[in-house]
Amino acid sequence: MNIHEYQAKEIFKSYGVPTPKGIVAKTPDEAVKAAESLGGNLWVVKAQIHAGGRGLGGGVKLAKSIEEVRELASQILGMTLVTHQTGPEGKVVHKVYIEEGADIKDEFYLGIVLDRAKEMPVIMASTEGGMEIEKVAEETPEKIVKVAVDPSIGFQGFHGRELVFGLGITDKNEQKKFIDFAQKLFKIYMDKDVELIEINPLIRTGSGDFLALDAKMGFDDSALYRHPDIADMRDITEEDPAEMEAAEHGLSYVSLDGEIGCMVNGAGLAMGTMDTINYVGGTPANFLDVGGKATAETVAKGFEIILRNPKVKSIFVNIFGGIVRCDRIANGILEATKMVDVNVPVVVRLDGTNAPEAAEILKNANIKNVIAAEDLLDGAKKAVAAAKGEL
Amino acid sequence: MSILVNKDTKVIVQGFTGKEGTFHAEQCMAYGTQIVGGVTPNKGGMTHLGKPVFNTVKEAVENTGATVSMIFVPPAFVGDAVMEAADGGIELAVIITEGAPVKDMMYAKAYATKKGMKTIGPNCPGIITAEECKIGIMPGNIFKKGNVGLISKSGTLTYEGANQVVKEGFGITTAVGIGGDPIIGLSYKQLLPMFEADPETEAIVMIGEIGGDLEIQAAKLIKEQITKPVVAFIAGQTAPKGKRMGHAGAIVSGSAGTAAEKMEALEKAGVYVVKSPAEIGVTVAKALKEKK
Repeated sequence: MNIHEYQAKEIFKSYGVPTPKGIVAKTPDEAVKAAESLGGNLWVVKAQIHAGGRGLGGGVKLAKSIEEVRELASQILGMTLVTHQTGPEGKVVHKVYIEEGADIKDEFYLGIVLDRAKEMPVIMASTEGGMEIEKVAEETPEKIVKVAVDPSIGFQGFHGRELVFGLGITDKNEQKKFIDFAQKLFKIYMDKDVELIEINPLIRTGSGDFLALDAKMGFDDSALYRHPDIADMRDITEEDPAEMEAAEHGLSYVSLDGEIGCMVNGAGLAMGTMDTINYVGGTPANFLDVGGKATAETVAKGFEIILRNPKVKSIFVNIFGGIVRCDRIANGILEATKMVDVNVPVVVRLDGTNAPEAAEILKNANIKNVIAAEDLLDGAKKAVAAAKGEL
Repeated sequence: MSILVNKDTKVIVQGFTGKEGTFHAEQCMAYGTQIVGGVTPNKGGMTHLGKPVFNTVKEAVENTGATVSMIFVPPAFVGDAVMEAADGGIELAVIITEGAPVKDMMYAKAYATKKGMKTIGPNCPGIITAEECKIGIMPGNIFKKGNVGLISKSGTLTYEGANQVVKEGFGITTAVGIGGDPIIGLSYKQLLPMFEADPETEAIVMIGEIGGDLEIQAAKLIKEQITKPVVAFIAGQTAPKGKRMGHAGAIVSGSAGTAAEKMEALEKAGVYVVKSPAEIGVTVAKALKEKK
């Protein structure tokens, strides 16, 4: 689960990680009030969406007067912001964060993420703040300092020294401040079951202080049960309604651009099915994993969600029955076709436990639109042909 | 022969008396697995499925001589259960549970390694040595005995792959579902050399997925150490880009973790890489024929 910049900064503040002062606002009036209460003569108006690249997309603007704060907040609130991370459809901005202007001397990058190979968190830092870190990694990987921290010993002094010497921070006072910053951030990472923290940029001010100018955080969904405070930060307007509805029914759904709807058990086989459709010249319309329990209800829900996509020309149901027997799944599919009006051809491939019985059930039911397939390849080919109207 | 488990392996079940634990322990016993007991706190002294229940892993190991534990406890207790198994003298823990917090697995895996306990999973179908020992949730009937070893991140693709191998007239020595979580136990790197050393295994199927770089590491190892033919499929060539906020994970591993990248690395290592899982069976047949 991801959260907004303003929420991440609330967490930072509670751990003493320095950030500029800021207040979140939902209307231009609130934005003006926020700017007035922050004081000063320079403010930044920042769109709050779960995506990077907000500045380039026009979602982060500098205001030099209270009037300008109102103007910019009115502009940004309600706008559809398109960045390299939102996809072409963009995201609607519902909140802005009004922040005091900062005296930027230079910009760093600081992030913490799990290093899967080392099986421990790694702190990554770079002097190339403000740039896309992916680009830095590609073009000048030597400019990224990586320090893995074994959680059994925690963040030690030497970890901090590797960071500051790696970044070329030479002033002793500044070294101390940066190490303190990184240590607190590491504590947040461990305490809150964080999946990813990224601060880009982390700035050094003219007076040698370090401030988190931006903040991105994502959390391990499996651990949210023990962090009700974090779970409460969920912003459902940031999530795809179809994906959320699917999740409520135990389905995992992601929509794609193609024409062939897919319903599969297991994430790996679901991806493998999409790959096979592509392999035989078709395009998958979605990823849909019905999980381990393909009952009539879940299959019906799956059909309903898939068929809402007007691009879908055929559906490929690919189930490998393991513990769940294929004959039960076949009956589930029959039931589902009664519950939902399936108006496109449905190619069904059932393999595994009791597959012959399942084939018999589907054959005898003789429902229009349902086409039986022998195996994965045959099913994919038939689904592609059906989408073209050739079956 | 086989790898890791066989008909003599003694297995206990952590989370024995729960709904999932009960159902799957029963299935494993029906397959022929030597389930010698189980652990459920506060139910010690009971008999369940005709086997003794213990309060702790230590007691279970002392009384049954079990070396393997199959873990079915709820996600919040997985870390604890794995560490208890390691502390109790278990040699291999097979973790079936899905949804364990990553941080818990990070601590548990580190402790298991320190204690010399191997782990498989979490969030995986388990391990099966065909017609001898099933420790997990896979449908046993599709795994006929044969000469092909199988390693897979995905559950249903394990079944799909094994089924195709069998339909081509071959069979399986041992199949291991390693799971696809950020932190997992045994992986290609440890399992490939085991299959290489197993005299009965003549070919290996490896099924990977997008994300991480385990398959890239495997490619390197195959090039250097594996002489038996390897057939590989990487799921997710057509998967959309992850909805992560950034790509910091990919930066760490030094690779983007795409299917194309992994397939290329494996091809360069001399692996038979297939573009669809539908080709696994026929390609295994081809690889075995070319070998002879």
